[in-house]
Amino acid sequence: MKQKGESFLLWEYAVFAVAMFAVLVLCVSVGSVSVPFGDTVTVIWNTIFGLPIPGEISSPAVIYASRLPRVICVALVGASLSLCGGAMQGLLKNPLADGSTLGVSSGASLGAVIAIAFGITVPSLPFAGTIVMAMLFAFLSLMIILSLAYKLDYSLSTNTIILIGVIYSMFVSSIMSLIITFAPDKVRHITFWTMGSLSGSSYRNAALLFVTLIICGAVILSQSRELNAFAIGEENAMHIGVNVRRVKLVILITVSALIGVCVSIGGTIGFVGLVTPHIVRMLVGPNHRRLLPASLFGGAIFLMLADLVARTLLNPLELPIGVVTSLIGAVLFVIIFYKTRSARR
Amino acid sequence: MKLLEVENLSVRYGTTTILKNVDFSVDENNWLMVVGPNGAGKTTLINAVSQYIGYTGRIRYLGRDIKTYKPRELAQNLGVLSQSYSVNYPFTVGEVVRLGRYAYTPGIFSRKSGEDEEKVRSALELTGLTELADRSVLTLSGGELQRTFLAQVLAQDPKILMLDEPTNHLDLVYQKQILELIRRWLCGEKRAVISVVHDLSLAKAYGTHSLLLDRGSAVAQGEIDEVFSPVHLDKAYSVDVYAWMDDMLSQWRGREEL
Repeated sequence: MKQKGESFLLWEYAVFAVAMFAVLVLCVSVGSVSVPFGDTVTVIWNTIFGLPIPGEISSPAVIYASRLPRVICVALVGASLSLCGGAMQGLLKNPLADGSTLGVSSGASLGAVIAIAFGITVPSLPFAGTIVMAMLFAFLSLMIILSLAYKLDYSLSTNTIILIGVIYSMFVSSIMSLIITFAPDKVRHITFWTMGSLSGSSYRNAALLFVTLIICGAVILSQSRELNAFAIGEENAMHIGVNVRRVKLVILITVSALIGVCVSIGGTIGFVGLVTPHIVRMLVGPNHRRLLPASLFGGAIFLMLADLVARTLLNPLELPIGVVTSLIGAVLFVIIFYKTRSARR
Repeated sequence: MKLLEVENLSVRYGTTTILKNVDFSVDENNWLMVVGPNGAGKTTLINAVSQYIGYTGRIRYLGRDIKTYKPRELAQNLGVLSQSYSVNYPFTVGEVVRLGRYAYTPGIFSRKSGEDEEKVRSALELTGLTELADRSVLTLSGGELQRTFLAQVLAQDPKILMLDEPTNHLDLVYQKQILELIRRWLCGEKRAVISVVHDLSLAKAYGTHSLLLDRGSAVAQGEIDEVFSPVHLDKAYSVDVYAWMDDMLSQWRGREEL
């Protein structure tokens, strides 16, 4: 195997960024009303630089007010989930882990479901009830999971975290089923939300996602070397001088915050955090200094394309994005798993 | 000069006591062989001294409580080779060995120095892995993987090497090569080796001192020839060890006479 460089190189960032922008333009242009690519680029460019939009562009509002914020939110959620997945797979040395392994994603969903079922809103910010409750429950879930894990095992071993995460997710999903049973009039709304949807996303959502991703992303990327050590083995990481407890806490808290914000805006979107780091690992190798930046771009591209399929496949009917990612993701995952296993034999 | 002093070391898992009040010390240039039957607590002792598991008692390195050392500081002084390794991701041999320099490169932006590169290159060369540096660790044999992690520990450049069955997966050629390599390494200033071995012949050939454990307690400790007396060995292993060793050796003598 040819050795790849330790860090992500500038030209590699450029290639991934160009690919991501091309997919963004494609996704903004294609839909129930098709827009020429040139018009899309012009509207995006002029919006960024505050220039007036030329009169000959027929439907700037479709691009500016509807599709662009949605596609940006989709890209940011995809990038965040994929980054979290990559980090968790390294931390737990488990290729089947992702952000939802922790159980925080389920916890955030429960918060949102409670908000929808009981009509909880925030005074003066009626639209924010679901978001605030999802974030609050993501944080509470993390506290519960970490407290339980500490109680069982002070060293916070990866097996304990996985086990508690799985049990907690099952417990939370049974409570969600219970709530749905007692709120039959909200079933459609809740079900659609738990399957994930980013329709109606606003620039306000995009700004929240962007700021969270910048902060949490910087923290996670700063732990790339430590994640390499964890991916080789937690005991080995400790012996080479990694402060394993501190790194684990930092990653778990950061991933929870990022997942909490994503779930609060887009609902539960499965398989992005699981599959994208796998595909990216095949391209750039397992070194987290390369894997994590590439996962950011890869996740954004994957989710934007999945959202495009969700919007256009059965037009005018829109599929929940979580259903599309799970369908594509599950098939891709089987193929990847089969290929990597065959290669190791 | 005493490098490591261990007093009253005890380890319990729930209600089971694995190590009971073990005392020992390691001087400069000592090679302490920790021996004993299965379940004697040898690996637990390595895990406790390397701070991987909790314990009661006191461990001092260079006169200072080992618990007061920060993780990186400890890694610069104590290198550990575990009994076995499993890998899940296709890191290259070179990447795994380079991680041995983690303790010397504190920040994410800190560049690897020429010294780091030199230590990695020399560790790969000493363990015969230079040719395999770009190979994925998923494709390695058990022995090659063992050597990869040994190279990582050597690149770490610690003062005390703690090796849990270092020749476990190695063929005869590499057993000899690695043990000779460690013997040469040991000659450096303020260095010592603590290793767990099952092969008493290897322990006797390379060790300077020994700690003989049985069911969590020390049966004997001191210079290797004193510890490896028939009385001590028979007590720990409950068999006539010398007779068994003679028996094994006589097979080879028999071949010579043919």
